[in-house]
Amino acid sequence: MAAESGSAVEGSWERPTVFYNKKVKYLIYGLILLFFAYSFWNLRISPSRFVRGIGAGVELVTSMLPPAYTPSQRELLIQGIVESIVMTIVATTIGIIVSVPVAIMASNNLSPKPVYYVGRSIVAVTRSLHELIVAIIMVKAVGFGPLAGVLALAFKTIGFFAKLLAEEIEDIDRGQMEAITAVGGTPVQTYLYGVLPQVMPRIIGLSIYRLDINLRHSTVVGIVGAGGIGITLLNSFDKYDYQFSMAIIAVIVAIVMVGEGVSALARRRIQ
Amino acid sequence: MLTVDNLEKTYDSGDKALKGVSFEVSGNEIVAIIGPSGAGKSTLVRSINRLTEPTAGRVSLDDTEVTGLDKSALRDVRRDMGMIFQEFNLVERLTVMENILSGRLGYLSTWNAFRRNFPPEDIKRAREILSRVNLEGVENNRADELSGGQRQRVGIARAVIQRPKILLADEPTSALDPDTSREVMSLLTDIAHEDDIPIIINIHEVDLAVDYADRIIGLSDGEIVFNGPPDDLDQAARDKIYRGGESIADREGPSAGSSTDSDDVIAERGD
Amino acid sequence: MSNSTDSWSRFDRRERLLRFFGLLAGLVILVAAWRAMEVNYGYAVTAPRELADLFGRMYPPNVGYSRKIVGPLLETINISILGTALAIVMAIPVAFLGASNTAPNKPAYLLGKFIISFTRSVNVIIWALIFVVIFGPGALAGVLAISIRSIGFTAKLIAEAIEEIDRGSVEAITAAGASPVDVLIYSIVPQIKPAFISVATLRWDINVRASTIIGFVGAGGIGVPLQTEINYFNWEAVLTILISILGLVLISEAISAYLRKKVM
Repeated sequence: MAAESGSAVEGSWERPTVFYNKKVKYLIYGLILLFFAYSFWNLRISPSRFVRGIGAGVELVTSMLPPAYTPSQRELLIQGIVESIVMTIVATTIGIIVSVPVAIMASNNLSPKPVYYVGRSIVAVTRSLHELIVAIIMVKAVGFGPLAGVLALAFKTIGFFAKLLAEEIEDIDRGQMEAITAVGGTPVQTYLYGVLPQVMPRIIGLSIYRLDINLRHSTVVGIVGAGGIGITLLNSFDKYDYQFSMAIIAVIVAIVMVGEGVSALARRRIQ
Repeated sequence: MLTVDNLEKTYDSGDKALKGVSFEVSGNEIVAIIGPSGAGKSTLVRSINRLTEPTAGRVSLDDTEVTGLDKSALRDVRRDMGMIFQEFNLVERLTVMENILSGRLGYLSTWNAFRRNFPPEDIKRAREILSRVNLEGVENNRADELSGGQRQRVGIARAVIQRPKILLADEPTSALDPDTSREVMSLLTDIAHEDDIPIIINIHEVDLAVDYADRIIGLSDGEIVFNGPPDDLDQAARDKIYRGGESIADREGPSAGSSTDSDDVIAERGD
Repeated sequence: MSNSTDSWSRFDRRERLLRFFGLLAGLVILVAAWRAMEVNYGYAVTAPRELADLFGRMYPPNVGYSRKIVGPLLETINISILGTALAIVMAIPVAFLGASNTAPNKPAYLLGKFIISFTRSVNVIIWALIFVVIFGPGALAGVLAISIRSIGFTAKLIAEAIEEIDRGSVEAITAAGASPVDVLIYSIVPQIKPAFISVATLRWDINVRASTIIGFVGAGGIGVPLQTEINYFNWEAVLTILISILGLVLISEAISAYLRKKVM
């Protein structure tokens, strides 16, 4: 096909493009460029503002270093971190307990169509909304504090956990289930003996992974008032106490990195 | 004329791959380098265009001493040496045409290279070479759509479009089946005769070397132990190359050497 | 170890005991964690009712309000796209530093690795806080927060693609006398292009979600009106915004998945 079309001129060759032809290609490139220009214009950045910003940035960095805290701030820091960790543990547990039935609902081999669609919708909604949006709503519903954060993190855990668990359930060996049903097992027994043993390793792996993710999120949901170290960070910014801010950020980074390391190690050991 | 004079290569690991190798190649001679795995065949061919940097000794192409050139002068002399590889080494995701034209990159400015703006005579020549290697009509196919034999012919085309003064082939047939290997070898000999350039072929299959080469160089443990026409390659010479002089001709057939070491094709890649 | 029936059953009992204590320890940690939160049970008990009540007040969504959020929604998309584009521009050099086969030397490689892990460890909302202090409230702070945060992820995956390239074609083009830049254009770039496009679209998908919340600290996008309406208890408007975010996220996810499938 290529030989007939392209070789009209001996000394020229056009690289075939994924678009229909060269004009379409440049049109698409042009449109993309135009969109970028529009987006940029839409930000309304004046050069002077940008230059001033760079000055302010240098100033901010110098006022952040070295990180420091007073004894009372140290208390706040420890309290906030402990609260974040505590929220992580509770939220992950609640989230997983709720996720298991949702996962069963959202797997097409175990659930009838209507239930399946309900399960999938729950997964889609819980996945799509960012944890901070959920947190801000939970704060309005149950008030400031770690409870709101726990609810938000548990809510987000459902979207992640149920989705991946449902995919795992869809891959199970049906024979084991049918065997339990065949000997007269009740549906609950079928799940306990025919499904659970097959997906248990995955549940443990995902739990550790989610624990790590929830730890990350628990350090920031405080910014909207949902408990943890985040609120302390926001307050330090509001009080222009940037050295303390830097100390908090450093502690958060350290905790997140440790959490990631431990989680990766634990998952490797299980496999 | 290519002159290799007392070439040595010692790897960082301390392995002495070449221990003072000297030979000359000129005219339109086809020189096959044979020898067991680990004899230094690959190192020798790759040292000629300094893909592997020799430790001592000299390589000269006509009046240019290749060893000792700086980076930019080395690039210039590499334009005069076409190279063909065992695994073809095409850019799989580019078209056949781009792969062939990449042989001309040494003559193109970076800007023109970026725009794939090759001069018309290069494109015209690329089309001629395509028909010469029997690949008309595939210029717009991606390289990964071709068979092994076709890919090697693209590899040859890429080397030929350089208008090289010499061709270096590093195990050009090892990844191909026997019939395709013969096609590739006869294509290479045709090119040598038509373009009047010498070819150095590093090859495992002794039978192919005997059938196609004008001269055979036997390499054993980094040293040349045979250098002469194929007719002189008697059993004693084969033993010298493959058995370090120890004859086992009584126990195994004459082709034992080639069949044993073709098992070690992969090991040779380590060179 | 399981020669006699006796020793085998002892091992089994030990494992059971271990499991039991493991479970117990887990429960103790859980209870301790719950107690450490010092939850006001008055609130906790009413939480489900409060939530139901809240959603009751949200329904029906304020359809008329949807006209007002077109602007912020467009801004959200702009932030996500510009932030991703900027991130990629910055991530490319970092990726070449952080790939063991293209890093010029060991210190450069370590610098690349450090940038990758540092930018990844700080949450986007914290970056947004910092850039709002520097550039003032607005979408600019949002774009920068998104882009800095994305460097680590993008650079890490591109670096992995660079480390996996086939050295053969690099060698072949070098052997033809091409310059290092030619080698980059003809061998390295074509090889990492698919990974590059899929990383970019995947990150854009993630960044759309992030762009919906950076408004909480004043960094532009749909998060700004969302916070305002929540503070004024305009719950029907809040639901409108939430539905629009849901739609935006689902559409961007579909586009991103389509593009990734296309380049594979």
